[in-house]
Amino acid sequence: MLLRDIAHSRTGDKGNLLTISLIAYHEEDYPLLETEVTAERVSSQFSDFIDRPVIRYCVPRFAALNFVLHRPSSESVTRSLALDAHGKCLGYALLNLEI
Amino acid sequence: MGNMTTVQIGAGAGYSGDRIDPAVELARRADISYLVFECLAERTIALAQLSRKNNLSPGYDPLLDERMKAVLPICHQKKIKIISNMGAANPMAAAAQTVAIARQLGLNGIRVAGVVGDDVLGVIEKFPLEDNGSALSIPPEQIISANAYVGAEPIVEALAGGADVVITGRTADPSLFLAPLIHEFRWLSNDCKTLGQGTLIGHLLECAGQLTGGYFADPGYKDVPNLANLGFPYAEVSEHGGAVITKIEGTGGMITKATCKEQILYEIQDPAAYVTPDVVADFSEVVVEEVGKNRVCVSGAGGRTRPDTLKVSVACRNGYLGEGQISYAGPGALARARLARDILSERLNHHVLSELRFDLIGLNSIHGEKLSPMNGEPYEVRLRAIARAEDRCSADRVPREVEALYTNGPAGGGGVASSTRENIAIYAALIPRDLVHCQIHCEVS
Repeated sequence: MLLRDIAHSRTGDKGNLLTISLIAYHEEDYPLLETEVTAERVSSQFSDFIDRPVIRYCVPRFAALNFVLHRPSSESVTRSLALDAHGKCLGYALLNLEI
Repeated sequence: MGNMTTVQIGAGAGYSGDRIDPAVELARRADISYLVFECLAERTIALAQLSRKNNLSPGYDPLLDERMKAVLPICHQKKIKIISNMGAANPMAAAAQTVAIARQLGLNGIRVAGVVGDDVLGVIEKFPLEDNGSALSIPPEQIISANAYVGAEPIVEALAGGADVVITGRTADPSLFLAPLIHEFRWLSNDCKTLGQGTLIGHLLECAGQLTGGYFADPGYKDVPNLANLGFPYAEVSEHGGAVITKIEGTGGMITKATCKEQILYEIQDPAAYVTPDVVADFSEVVVEEVGKNRVCVSGAGGRTRPDTLKVSVACRNGYLGEGQISYAGPGALARARLARDILSERLNHHVLSELRFDLIGLNSIHGEKLSPMNGEPYEVRLRAIARAEDRCSADRVPREVEALYTNGPAGGGGVASSTRENIAIYAALIPRDLVHCQIHCEVS
């Protein structure tokens, strides 16, 4: 199945950092998120966008994970030439992961 | 009015261009004591500073007049206080304009406070700018503005002085909401746990509609009722910081555990250490409970002592961006778009342009080639070209060459759109807190 079937997500930005939350719809699915959606896996998913490994924070109270992506300095919100300079659409690339 | 031990705070805007009707609805129908408008994104103040320098605007929020005209009469009547960072690059002019609007509307006796002091352009040269974790040097003449993220303190002081409307420049977003709570409940500056809880409430409300189902809806997965008439949220806060987040009955959208969790984690890095000028808030143990329809209780935030430094947002000139787009549709659309791209690549191969970038919109322009599956040929594709140049004239080469594809490019191109704009980059710096001195100026309508 796709992550999208069991979790939802919102993407935010701060300079050249992107934050992507991943929140289980049902609390019982949280352990699965914790095991399957590792920082390594997310780093590899977004390898074209980041210049160092992704950091993952676990928030069991929310049945959620929070990822911090570090983009190259040219790719900050205010400098990027990308169509989605914020990177706000990227959360849905995470939800597209097969687990 | 609500009972003595709770304070109701409404969110009237989540960004500079936000919708005004939901704020009017809140003022009119909700039993709130404060209406807060958060209107400053990272770059907004720099753009305001530039347009002030070029005498194109007074430097405050372009929607200030419209917002104030819409909410001042009802807020005056119901004694709702207004707090906003709509002052942007010129809080004093924004305050004076608010007084003028109040007088035009025949509203007398409104005390409007302007808060200045976030502008630290005069001292910023002494501090290194951060870029990617390493120091960066920018020629001083390229720096347009430097504004420190100020905390709740000056707003609290203005409220204590009897202000009905408080207008600031750069203020940390949650601080706009924390300030009235500190003022009403006399929270102490060393009560980090309670300040952390107040910061949680501010963080939840600061994006307004993003808490009530905006930026949330996903048909079939996360359905939101009546999104077109999205209502803005307000919080009923008790004196120790426990809060119920809710919205006016009958407005669109929804408030659920899921909408609250998405917003709590929005734009934060370590949930246990959300740094603001007032406190280092800890959201990791927050409890979110649905206590009724569109009523969610949030509690359990913590906090540690605020940092000795303040973050400064520094805006720098970063050249000009020239952009053009053109569409192709029908048989061979992709091949014609690719041919157009190759032609542009050759024609724009010039040293005055840097970072030339092409996107095929509809194919892989957002998630990139690796993450975008190709399921057959797209029926239509839009080619986008963009590049940076040091001057406007050179940047203009991009949109001109895209437009020239009409008569000098592949068959069937249409719908050209183009723009050339100055690029303002934002960098961060940290400065000692004691270098920032805010002053409050009050005027009565």
